[in-house]
Amino acid sequence: MNNPYLKRRFLDQIAVMLGREARKPSAISGRAQEIHVLKRATNKARLQEAMIAHADAKKVHTWRNRRWAVLLVVNLFFTLSFWLDIQILEGALTASRLIGFHLIDLNSALQVMLAHKHIIVNLVIGTGTVFVLWLLLGGRTFCSWVCPYHLLAEWAEKIHLWLVKKKLVTDQPIDRRLRTGSWLVFAVLAIATGYTVFESISPTGIVSRALIYGPGLALLWVLALLVFEVFFSRRAWCRYACPIGLTYGVVGIFSPLRVKYKLENCFHEGDCRKVCLVPHVLDTVIKGRAVETAIPIGPDCTRCGLCVDTCPTGSLTFDVKGLSRLL
Amino acid sequence: MSETKPPAAAKPPASRERIQQARRKWLRTILLTGGVTGAALSGFLPLVYARTKRLRPPGALDEKDFLASCIKCGQCVQVCPVQAIKLADLVDGVGVGTPYIDAREQACDFSCDAVQCILACPTGSLVYKKPAFLGVRKGAKLAAAPILKAKEKDPEPTLNLAERIGVARLTRPEACLAIQGKGFKGQVRGASFKGRMRYMEVDRWKPIGISEHPYDLAECDLCVRECPVKGAISIETVFAPDGTKRKSPVVHEPCVGCGVCEMICPVEPTCIVVDAREVWNT
Repeated sequence: MNNPYLKRRFLDQIAVMLGREARKPSAISGRAQEIHVLKRATNKARLQEAMIAHADAKKVHTWRNRRWAVLLVVNLFFTLSFWLDIQILEGALTASRLIGFHLIDLNSALQVMLAHKHIIVNLVIGTGTVFVLWLLLGGRTFCSWVCPYHLLAEWAEKIHLWLVKKKLVTDQPIDRRLRTGSWLVFAVLAIATGYTVFESISPTGIVSRALIYGPGLALLWVLALLVFEVFFSRRAWCRYACPIGLTYGVVGIFSPLRVKYKLENCFHEGDCRKVCLVPHVLDTVIKGRAVETAIPIGPDCTRCGLCVDTCPTGSLTFDVKGLSRLL
Repeated sequence: MSETKPPAAAKPPASRERIQQARRKWLRTILLTGGVTGAALSGFLPLVYARTKRLRPPGALDEKDFLASCIKCGQCVQVCPVQAIKLADLVDGVGVGTPYIDAREQACDFSCDAVQCILACPTGSLVYKKPAFLGVRKGAKLAAAPILKAKEKDPEPTLNLAERIGVARLTRPEACLAIQGKGFKGQVRGASFKGRMRYMEVDRWKPIGISEHPYDLAECDLCVRECPVKGAISIETVFAPDGTKRKSPVVHEPCVGCGVCEMICPVEPTCIVVDAREVWNT
């Protein structure tokens, strides 16, 4: 990465993932500045254009439907593999075996390594495989494409937003630094107590096991989280608390697969930010904020594709780093 | 118009609002931190209730190491041919999602021959042999590799298991049918009992329901007859306190603590139980 503007933004986005608020960039490249100036001059005409474009655009749910299908298929695959005893995908999301090959969730593996302080070969193989898998697929892709709690939280969010619209509840934002804090707290607890305490409250693990081995009382904790999210704070667990998200976010720093933003045709009307599951990663689409003409979205992005579906101008697209240059 | 307005007058109320918002946000952050931490602390209950001893699957590390290393994936549950392994729930007090065996309901009868649950464990919570840095409690180590009665005639008759998970103990000798010299006829544990076992004479690789396998015994020796491990339990002639001779099941050192005797005992409640995590005391 030789472009100094993108380099600074890359580091900025890591800080944003750790909980810092997104800020106005301190320096913008000449090319981007030109476009910003040009847009200011043709603002009115463009706004009209934007309204027409939005009126014409149909509600597209391509990526959302694909994503939900993948999420359901993956989780049902676990369940069916056990129920039908076909032994293709054994285990749960925390650790499993795909046709005999170990797959181990990165955060669970980390907890076990910190608590047990001993790493066996299978654990290394499984963790390595999953690391490479999510490195290729985008890190937090795990959250929106696989985590079963995420889907429940998405539905809870829909109810929450409906209640907000009816003015029955208001969203209570929480400091995003909390997630980094909780990641550290659970890491320290695992080291100090020698017990994987996060695993006992992880809604991902609880829901995954409930789907495979049958429901249990532990689901009450999941229910409590969902109630909190519906009536109090929008998607609070995933946004502000879950250390799994941060672990995969770190993987996403190095991932070549991400959403790419192109400044030129963007109307800056902000519909993408409204549908985004993690809106702090889309600060770059705010008028005058883009530091370059094309910008990769940061590591905390879950690659859910909601913004790609919503954008009427194709300014947000999935992109594999270096692939477009090769083709 | 706006220039005539003193900017200082308009700003303070807005900023006070801001400050208040920020303060509320902090309070909520603290609230959520407290909530999550509080819920997390409940996860420590199994450590506090370390006295609630549940039988862990064969090859399990000592409880503290087990809790540290178990990733709660349930792969051991999936491979067990008799489904002896269950995952603990919130109220079981042994760690949400960790595996345990309720021997009275369904014991491990080693009908997989290879202790598949150990093979399935991805994190080394269940091991054939402990890594060097983990100590072995005195009396936990088996004197010799246990011989599986089912494959006694095989070239390799032993079970790959180095430590016991518990020890069987006769808890209610007064009710034991063998001691009373009584026989047993019919379905052990009744027609509705769901427990299963591998019977070599029926099918080596297909466990069947115990209720499908009725017995007719002149003298009850079910715990000895169905014990999967050679030499772990036998009927011996013992002297009662009053000096009279009588027969009684006696547990020996090869006992691995699998719990089949506890499952198969036809008396309610059972006369023989496995003490989880117990070691062999000579």
